[in-house]
Amino acid sequence: MATTADTFQAHTEDHGHHDADHKPAFFARWFMSTNHKDIGTLYLIFAICAGIIGGFISGIMRMELADPGIQYLGYWVSLMGGEASFDANLHMWNVLITAHGLIMVFFMVMPAMIGGFGNWFVPLMIGAPDMAFPRMNNISFWLTVAGFTSLMFSTFVPGGTGMGAGIGWTAYAPLSTTGSTGPAVDFAIFSLHLAGAASIMGAINFITTIFNMRAPGMTLHKMPLFVWSVLVTAFLLLLALPVLAAAITMLLTDRNFGTTFFDPAGGGDPVLYQHLFWFFGHPEVYIMILPGFGMISQIVATFSRKPVFGYLGMAYAMVAIGLVGFVVWAHHMYTTGLDVNTKMYFTAATMVIAVPTGVKIFSWIATMWGGSIEFKSPLVWSMGFIFLFTVGGVTGVVLANGGVDDVLHDTYYVVAHFHYVLSMGAVFSLFAGFYYWFPKMSGKMHSEFLAHLHFWVFFIGVNIIFFPQHFLGMDGMPRRIPDYPEAFAYWNNISSYGYYIMAGSMGIFFVNLAYAFIAGKKAGDNPWGEGATTLEWTLSSPPPYHQFETLPVIEDHHDYHDHRPVTA
Amino acid sequence: MNFGTWSKRALTMVTTLAAAAALAMSPQVAMAQDAAADVTAPLPPAASAPVIDSAPADAAATSDAVPAAGAYQPLGTDMIKGQPVERGMTFQNQYTDDGEFALWMHDAILLPVITVISLFVLGLLLWVVVRFNRRRNKVASKTTHNTFIEVVWTVIPVLILVVIAVPSITLLARQYETPPADAVTIKATGYQWYWGYTYPDNGGFEIVSNMLSNEDAIANGEPAMLAVDNRMVVPANTPIRLQTTAADVIHAFAVPSLWFKLDAVPGRLNERLLTIKEPGIYYGQCSELCGARHGYMPIAVEALPRAEWEAWVREQGGTVAGDPVEETAAPAAAAPAEAAPADTAPEAAVS
Repeated sequence: MATTADTFQAHTEDHGHHDADHKPAFFARWFMSTNHKDIGTLYLIFAICAGIIGGFISGIMRMELADPGIQYLGYWVSLMGGEASFDANLHMWNVLITAHGLIMVFFMVMPAMIGGFGNWFVPLMIGAPDMAFPRMNNISFWLTVAGFTSLMFSTFVPGGTGMGAGIGWTAYAPLSTTGSTGPAVDFAIFSLHLAGAASIMGAINFITTIFNMRAPGMTLHKMPLFVWSVLVTAFLLLLALPVLAAAITMLLTDRNFGTTFFDPAGGGDPVLYQHLFWFFGHPEVYIMILPGFGMISQIVATFSRKPVFGYLGMAYAMVAIGLVGFVVWAHHMYTTGLDVNTKMYFTAATMVIAVPTGVKIFSWIATMWGGSIEFKSPLVWSMGFIFLFTVGGVTGVVLANGGVDDVLHDTYYVVAHFHYVLSMGAVFSLFAGFYYWFPKMSGKMHSEFLAHLHFWVFFIGVNIIFFPQHFLGMDGMPRRIPDYPEAFAYWNNISSYGYYIMAGSMGIFFVNLAYAFIAGKKAGDNPWGEGATTLEWTLSSPPPYHQFETLPVIEDHHDYHDHRPVTA
Repeated sequence: MNFGTWSKRALTMVTTLAAAAALAMSPQVAMAQDAAADVTAPLPPAASAPVIDSAPADAAATSDAVPAAGAYQPLGTDMIKGQPVERGMTFQNQYTDDGEFALWMHDAILLPVITVISLFVLGLLLWVVVRFNRRRNKVASKTTHNTFIEVVWTVIPVLILVVIAVPSITLLARQYETPPADAVTIKATGYQWYWGYTYPDNGGFEIVSNMLSNEDAIANGEPAMLAVDNRMVVPANTPIRLQTTAADVIHAFAVPSLWFKLDAVPGRLNERLLTIKEPGIYYGQCSELCGARHGYMPIAVEALPRAEWEAWVREQGGTVAGDPVEETAAPAAAAPAEAAPADTAPEAAVS
């Protein structure tokens, strides 16, 4: 990898000696935390909790969709304290899809990737003692929690036809304005404001940290790729989220203060909202996957005992993805009545993204090529990521074609596509990163057997859930419907079985966690061997409460420029 | 950094840029072809005019028979052509030229390409597992760069994308052909939660289309959740200027077997040409989240032979452009070309 610091072992020993582990008491430590590692831990715990709720909601949905007809929605309406009726039941469905989308995007993947692993490992990897703005880091986390609370609260207040906001995670106007009366939608929008503000502050924090707090000798071109990925992600957040904030603020004023930004009756335009939303929304999908790219790069290099192949290409591929990601947004809007030239442009621009993405896929494989590979659980998850992300990527190329999208738009094909890149791409990278860094974070070893078992059961489960959804989409099944024509029953039924398998695998995950904390072996400084060359492995496991009080110096002979001569 | 490394990187960047430029050009090329087609554009309308004229002529022959046979009869279930296939694993059969072209593009280009790429990546991963595991390969190589291979895996994907882009842009150009002047205009309006179909060229009457209950649908022999009480009746083999709009929130008019999906947006009038190749019933569903009963506002398009469609229009109290206008135009009519402007006059007024 780009950085090696095995010469700093001596320093870390020092850390142990003079008491850097001066931890505050419980409440001050966890509720007023300004320590990047503690905040990272809080983010990870929060993301796991949100993921359990979001995953439970997908279970409710897969149960409902297992057979044609409305089976269980009335039960859930009653459980939430509502009065079951035909419309209230259907509204509950829309609340479920909305909550599932918002939770998974804003409160599971983003907090885990950026808040969790980003907070934990960006300072460690660049040799910094903490983030640049520790207090802002704290408020980022607690605003995220407040946002989640607001979203949860929205499900208990009226949202039009029933309780909760049933507007889809995209919150298209006018369904989200005149189409939904009651405060639920306001609370849902407010939750995005809070989560968005939290992410913007997080982005500022990461950018400042990475630009100003790198250890001496660590130039940008020597930074580990995970740090690169978080840097690019932070810029995407900084540029995209204010647009979302503007769009949803206009939704709020349209709803409450009589403005007509998105109301044609007052000279507004509903499609304007979609442009604003997707100007944020498309970079958002890269926000969710880029840190994953970074983690996969670290893991693949570690377990192949080889530096990442084409380091600069990998770094700049992420920059290119980030840049191009800002000019492809209208491919989410092919059917809104764009004119033909616009559609041709967005078709071509969207396909361009496949090129840097392909560079990354092939570079990962080239990193493994010629390696001495040890198939530990993080690498197995990473290889699952590479394959499944490829599958999700190529269906993206199909969808990129504006003319083909005329039949696939808003069908289950799209659902399958974005779950392949997110719930397999992003989530596989999250689990890869989790198993990779869990020993470092906790100081305990998880069970490799359970981690492998978790992988295989999860891999089978999610593929059974989502692969048949390609068929459903091609056959014409629209998204976001609680009931469907009989012809779609077969694949829906199979898809639902996949959910139970996936849910079982999550049981294995939690058993593994419990095992690690109760009976896990103590983790050494570097449990993964000589391939793990980034700075966090030079520290103890878990790292001292304050690390790098003496800054490590990155020496030149370890950087990527000084590799052995190229051998073909 | 020494010059060798720099030049290698510059080389990679140049190729990437060239590749991106090539890809960015591809629409221009297709547009250029399109423009070339536009030069000869006066031809197709002239060519199509007689075709459209011949349709009423055929209609005239059969229209005597249709009223004689009695009132309009909805097509029977044997005419259901566009509906999801049980356990289907691919697209529905297509009943428009554009749909057939798009389906060909998917089946002949996109699907093979994406399958091969996925299997290629899977193969490489499996090979890596077999060949480069720690038991077989004790010592890792130190290779971290190979400019040639990096250029290869940049340029080849670009070429593949160019191959995809050409038919893709062609498809888009075809889908956006301007409807001919004498196309039949039908306006689909999305309401929460049903569709209204207005026929502005035929007197402006509106058909309200609600989903049938599952029991009624099954009693009719139609698929549940797709059957409606009043279908959107259209002429087959006739260019239709299909317009979509909505009265409350955004809906989307979608019929998979016609490769057609167009959002119905309040305050906007989206428009697209649709020519259904043969009579039949084609089902679709609203495809934009529109509130509680989003899943319960299906679309059923019933395409009839032109003459029968005209009979249906008259039965709804509408008028067919042909007959009354032709009488007033008859004295002046000398050439068949005359009929076209006469026909378009009312349409122009409406649209």
